[in-house]
Amino acid sequence: MINSLFLINPSGEIFLEKHWKSVVSRSVCDYFLEAKEKALEPEDVPPVIHTPHHYLISIYRDKLFFLSVIQTEVPPLFVIEFLHRVAEMIQDYFGECSETVVKDHMVMVYELLEEMLDNGFPLATESNVLKEMIRPPTILRSVVNTLTGTSNVGDTLPTGQLSTIPWRRAGVRYTNNEAYFDVVEEIDAILDQSGTTVFAEIQGVVEACVKLSGMPDLTLSFMNPRLLDDVSFHPCVRYKLWESERVLSFIPPDGNFTLMTYHVNAQNLVAIPVYVKQSISFFECGSDGRLDVTVGPKQTMGKTVEGVMVTVHLPKTILSINLTATQGSYTYDNGTKLLVWDIGKLNPQKLPNLRGSLSLQAGAPKPEENPSLNIDLKIQQLAISGLKVNRLDMFGEKYKPFKGVKYITKAGKFQVRT
Amino acid sequence: MSASSAFNDEKGGSSNVGEPEYGHDPASGGIFSSDYKRHDDLKEMLDSNKDSLKLEAMKRIVAMIARGKNASDLFPAVVKNVACKNIEVKKLVYVYLVRYAEEQQDLALLSISTFQRGLKDPNQLIRASALRVLSSIRVTIIVPIMMLAIKEAASDMSPYVRKTAAHAIPKLYSLDPEQKDCLIEVIEKLLADKTTLVAGSVVMAFEEVCPERIDLIHKNYRKLCNLLIDVEEWGQVVIINMLTRYARTQFLNPNMNESLLEEGGGEKAFYGSDNDDDTDDEEDKEEKEKKKTEATAIVKRKPYVMDPDHRLLLRNTKPLLQSRNAAVVMAVAQLYFHLAPKAEVGVIAKALVRLMRSHSEVQYVVLQNVATMSIKRRGMFEPYLKSFYIRSTDPTQIKVLKLEVLTNLANETNISTILREFQTYIKSNDKDFVAATIQAIGRCATNIGEVRDTCLNGLVQLLSNRDELVVAESVVVIKKLLQMQPEQHSDIIKHMAKLTDNIQVPMARASILWLIGEYCEHVPKIAPDVLRKMAKTFTNEEDIVKLQIINLAAKLYLTNSKQTKLLTQYVLNLAKYDQNYDIRDRARFIRQLIVPTDKSGALSKYAKKLFLALKPAPVLESPFKDRDHFQLGSLSHLLNAKAGGYQVLPDWPEAAPDPSVRNVEVPEWTKCSSREKRKEKKADKPFYSDSEGESGPTESADSASDTASGSESGSGSEESGSGSESEESNEESESASEEDEEEEGKKKKKNVEKIKARKPVPESESEPSSGEDVKKSEKKSKPRIGSSESESEEDDDSESESSESEEEESEEESEEETKKKKKTTASKPPSKPPKKENKKEKKEMSLLDFDDFDPAPSPSQVTPLNNFLSSSLVTDLEGLSLTDNVLSPTTIVPSGNLKTYELLHRITGEGLSVEYCFSRQPFSPDPHMVAVKIQFTNSATSEAKSLHMEDAKLQSGMRIKEFPEIEVLPAGETVSVVMGIDFCDSTQAANFQLCTHTRKFFVSIQPPVGELMMPIFMTENEFKKEQGQLMGMNEITEKLTLEEKCQGEHAVVQRVTTAANLSRVPCGSDKECRFAGKTVTSGSLVLVSVVTKEDGAAQLTVNCEKMVIGTMLVKDILQALTQ
Repeated sequence: MINSLFLINPSGEIFLEKHWKSVVSRSVCDYFLEAKEKALEPEDVPPVIHTPHHYLISIYRDKLFFLSVIQTEVPPLFVIEFLHRVAEMIQDYFGECSETVVKDHMVMVYELLEEMLDNGFPLATESNVLKEMIRPPTILRSVVNTLTGTSNVGDTLPTGQLSTIPWRRAGVRYTNNEAYFDVVEEIDAILDQSGTTVFAEIQGVVEACVKLSGMPDLTLSFMNPRLLDDVSFHPCVRYKLWESERVLSFIPPDGNFTLMTYHVNAQNLVAIPVYVKQSISFFECGSDGRLDVTVGPKQTMGKTVEGVMVTVHLPKTILSINLTATQGSYTYDNGTKLLVWDIGKLNPQKLPNLRGSLSLQAGAPKPEENPSLNIDLKIQQLAISGLKVNRLDMFGEKYKPFKGVKYITKAGKFQVRT
Repeated sequence: MSASSAFNDEKGGSSNVGEPEYGHDPASGGIFSSDYKRHDDLKEMLDSNKDSLKLEAMKRIVAMIARGKNASDLFPAVVKNVACKNIEVKKLVYVYLVRYAEEQQDLALLSISTFQRGLKDPNQLIRASALRVLSSIRVTIIVPIMMLAIKEAASDMSPYVRKTAAHAIPKLYSLDPEQKDCLIEVIEKLLADKTTLVAGSVVMAFEEVCPERIDLIHKNYRKLCNLLIDVEEWGQVVIINMLTRYARTQFLNPNMNESLLEEGGGEKAFYGSDNDDDTDDEEDKEEKEKKKTEATAIVKRKPYVMDPDHRLLLRNTKPLLQSRNAAVVMAVAQLYFHLAPKAEVGVIAKALVRLMRSHSEVQYVVLQNVATMSIKRRGMFEPYLKSFYIRSTDPTQIKVLKLEVLTNLANETNISTILREFQTYIKSNDKDFVAATIQAIGRCATNIGEVRDTCLNGLVQLLSNRDELVVAESVVVIKKLLQMQPEQHSDIIKHMAKLTDNIQVPMARASILWLIGEYCEHVPKIAPDVLRKMAKTFTNEEDIVKLQIINLAAKLYLTNSKQTKLLTQYVLNLAKYDQNYDIRDRARFIRQLIVPTDKSGALSKYAKKLFLALKPAPVLESPFKDRDHFQLGSLSHLLNAKAGGYQVLPDWPEAAPDPSVRNVEVPEWTKCSSREKRKEKKADKPFYSDSEGESGPTESADSASDTASGSESGSGSEESGSGSESEESNEESESASEEDEEEEGKKKKKNVEKIKARKPVPESESEPSSGEDVKKSEKKSKPRIGSSESESEEDDDSESESSESEEEESEEESEEETKKKKKTTASKPPSKPPKKENKKEKKEMSLLDFDDFDPAPSPSQVTPLNNFLSSSLVTDLEGLSLTDNVLSPTTIVPSGNLKTYELLHRITGEGLSVEYCFSRQPFSPDPHMVAVKIQFTNSATSEAKSLHMEDAKLQSGMRIKEFPEIEVLPAGETVSVVMGIDFCDSTQAANFQLCTHTRKFFVSIQPPVGELMMPIFMTENEFKKEQGQLMGMNEITEKLTLEEKCQGEHAVVQRVTTAANLSRVPCGSDKECRFAGKTVTSGSLVLVSVVTKEDGAAQLTVNCEKMVIGTMLVKDILQALTQ
């Protein structure tokens, strides 16, 4: 399946390689680097490249390219999904996934990769299992511990990999037993010039941070599960119970994980928390233009809209800008032509406004399309779909865990066309 | 963001500077020499005695490998350390070996023996890791060793090792394909494995080694289907893909009746709108016709009934659409696309649309597949049209794919929305995307007659766009559209003719010229003028434009020679001297053809026909058309080219192969046999589910799933496997089914089931369901039975209760527990007071009389709180059964004799004093634990609340079963509880905290060695036999002089049994006392004999497999006998 993996930084340097079958020369990456040169943005590099002898499947994540070399037929998503797991694993282990981190923990990353695949086929990808093998105890060390300990071939199975609950470590102990759930909803929307919604939907995710001793068996139920139109689960969730009773019943992994993602039925009209009044115009004669953007709260359910940010990819022909913001501050990078206006909290009494002039390169034609605005926002303590967690019950363990649920609404891919 | 990236760059740079030894330019001399030196010091470090130095060296070497630097010259130094005791070093050496063994085969052989030793290790993880490394070393000489190791590991007890064996198969195969036949044998064996751990890996091996041996799957098909949901994600993908192929060879096309006809009809309507000049390929129609007749023929032959196994596959894969893993979702989607009846395919749309919110690479792949699917099954994605709307931030490749899907989804009803959306896209800055949009508009226009004019007008407007690329693309598309109805659009042609002055893009100019030439009769005035202009600029034009100018000239010459004769001559003359030979050729050819000369051949008569023949309009079709002959989701599909190792998705068979090949003869599985019986009775119906076969494709899977999951578990029961399923349970159910027909037998079975269902501790998942299944099937097949309604209802209750808690419980736990359960008693009372049972007992005659188990606390019994009540009962019973067997009553030590130890003193405990003793009762929740009775006495003035324990600090391997929390202990009261500790056969103390509602006390319990064992009954002969086997190192003999008081036999027995928890073994001679027991955790035998001689002299012999325990026991007993 997966023959080799190369980690490549944005400037094209290969800084880690791992082979699971026979060694593939790193010159194979040249095909990829060529494609990368051609692409304007790193995202534009085709994920699958066909070379004379190999297939290259790559992902771009956290400013790094993960490039895998394939020799025979394999479902491309299989590889892509795995590469993302690698990135997540690095993130999980070292707090972030970046070139520096990988270079600092070269040996450990290499060992992790060794454990994650065997002969190119995924072996241990669950973070709980990996941590048992490669944190303080490596797989062999734990083996020897059990050997030199009083029991030799115990009938107890030492690692999670061997149990039917591969996602949970054995023998978890905490003094404070706690389980937190974050219900995070993102609004994906496209608004047109007049502010009408072209398309809007809500994506939700339930992120969990569970630190409970032993083998707790949790049941999470919602007040209004019917809202959920489409769901996907962490493997720990018992699907049948969801089908029959609409409750999430699961033995959680230890630590942070994504319990479920869901999609709220698009037929329910999605409440759009902000409106944007904008006018971007370029004058036909002369090389000038104007920009005027106002953001205001719309359907916020009485909550404050925070962290509002407007991002605009200005046309390439813009030479310079001269704007003033009534609230917050803006930054403009002339290299990438990226204008970011960080507004902060929305105050309904005094609407933030950004206006000023844009100057174009001399002689450049007027841009045909106005740049679209990407909006970022955050509303605390609100799930915009109205989803509510009803209760969380624990079985299988005797202690009383501390439980908490938090709701956040964010803007996902929220775009205003102009 | 930008700042952080700059920081990263800087850091990256500095780290390079900081480590010059990893320099990037190996050619530079300085680094080379330092490299050399560094290797020298690495060698030194590796040769040193210090593990820390070795580790350091290995870490640096592995870092070199990771960076892609060559470290092969260190091989001899590294391989020496393969037997290193330090695990971390060893592990890194393994990593090194796997990387370089191929290059240094001879030296690598030195390490093989280490792995061979590892293969025999008692620990499963070591065995697995040895096999893993051994099989990863690509050295051909060791192929026989690998083969042997794989074969052995394939029948290993541990499923983990078997999994590793499955992984090793493709490795060996790639090393030496000659081994294929042997490997297939191993694969066959492993395919029969019933654990989820192995399933994914072995199917992977199957796919790599012998994907053509589909016959190996037959017997395992149902098992794989049933296991699927519990297999790990990656295995699921492989299994689903394989099963898709399998199903294509074994089942009939579910769509052969209705859908094929419907599809044909649908397509007709689709193209019907532009029937006027749509010259559909004749062959295509014929083919359709043929198919139709074929289909009808089949329909006439036999009505389609879906094979129950086919249904099983569809049903069992459906829940996986909810997986978080995109690859799994895609695998299920393609399975449904290729295998499901048309009416059911729709379910995958939602899941696929969900994937589109994932990473852009995932989107890319999913969109490719959606594009293919949306051609075949447009209706499926129509509700999700808006999800394919394009954002300006999408990468171009995603945009283009979304456009493709939108175009495929366009129909009469939604076209206006789509076109409005397209209009926004045309304004985009991304020119490639704009070009793609224009083409998409063109395709919509060809497909949907109603909007053709609108589209055309829109495109014409684009002709005045400032961007040349946009104009050019529009011209090309307009040309294609005009070809369909040229006569109505002469004004557009005129408009385009004017554009020749401005448009510089060659393709566009060529298109315009072609159009004018083709339809010169519609624009008779303009055409010659255009030619005139073109003739002027001929020499400066691009080649494709020149060719079209010649074409135009030729066509005009043929239709309007009066006006254009000279111009044509002129153009042809220019072309004659062109640099490009194609153009010269073309000119020569055309001159011969059109200009009549005396020697011109017969062809010139037909020149007009040749040039001005009616040309069919081009069909603008999706590049994704017909891609579905590749299995969707595959790499080949994505590339639209066969990738190496791609297994072709076979066509449906004409007639279904024998479905009985999938029947598994497993006589010991009762459910199977009962199912078979049922089948015999109702031979006319498919045996999985009665309702299903009839309702066919339209039946909703949800409603059926319940009964189905029940009825399937005949094969489902196999999944539980894992060897832990003890004989007893089989016997139980078997015996039950034998009497299946009889009323009595039925009741008994129900009882058995009930017992199973109520077991307090979870069992493996399949059991309850199988129980349910049998019953359900019974109910179904013989509804008249159900001896009483209420009863069966109750059954359901209790079952659902249990299954709730049981489902997916840890195997570890369940395996162990079930084992123990079965060992101790086949019928164990539940933890809750068996109220329900009593009720039931009255209703029906039960073979297992529960009344015997009525809780009757005996005085000598420790009385633990709440739920230990009933379990202590079992303890009691076990004790009883023990006493029945044991001859000498002295073995049971009255509790009064038990030595108590202090756990917490009254003073330190602030009024709470705690004592403990080893009750010597088997600890029923876990027979591997030593029961410790703890007695709390509250001598304080206030009550103590919530007494419990927490935070146990244990040596590795030790376990503790906590006692239930004591809510309140009033002042002056005493209460006892029982807890279990697995000391792991060591005398290490168990440390934990004892907590009240206010305080925590650190306490520890240290067992005397004599308490680590439990008595077993043995006959004299057995004792001798066992003793004979535990000679040598395992035997410890001591001479002693007995104390005066204890010279009688009775006294000796008394003292020994007090010191150690052993039972007496009968002995012919009165000079000798024998005792037997086994250690609690590992069950190793402990045999003690005391031979008395004259004058109090005696000899003590202890035989024990565990020497440490033996020695300590000798010491303890000596002390007991001599004091």
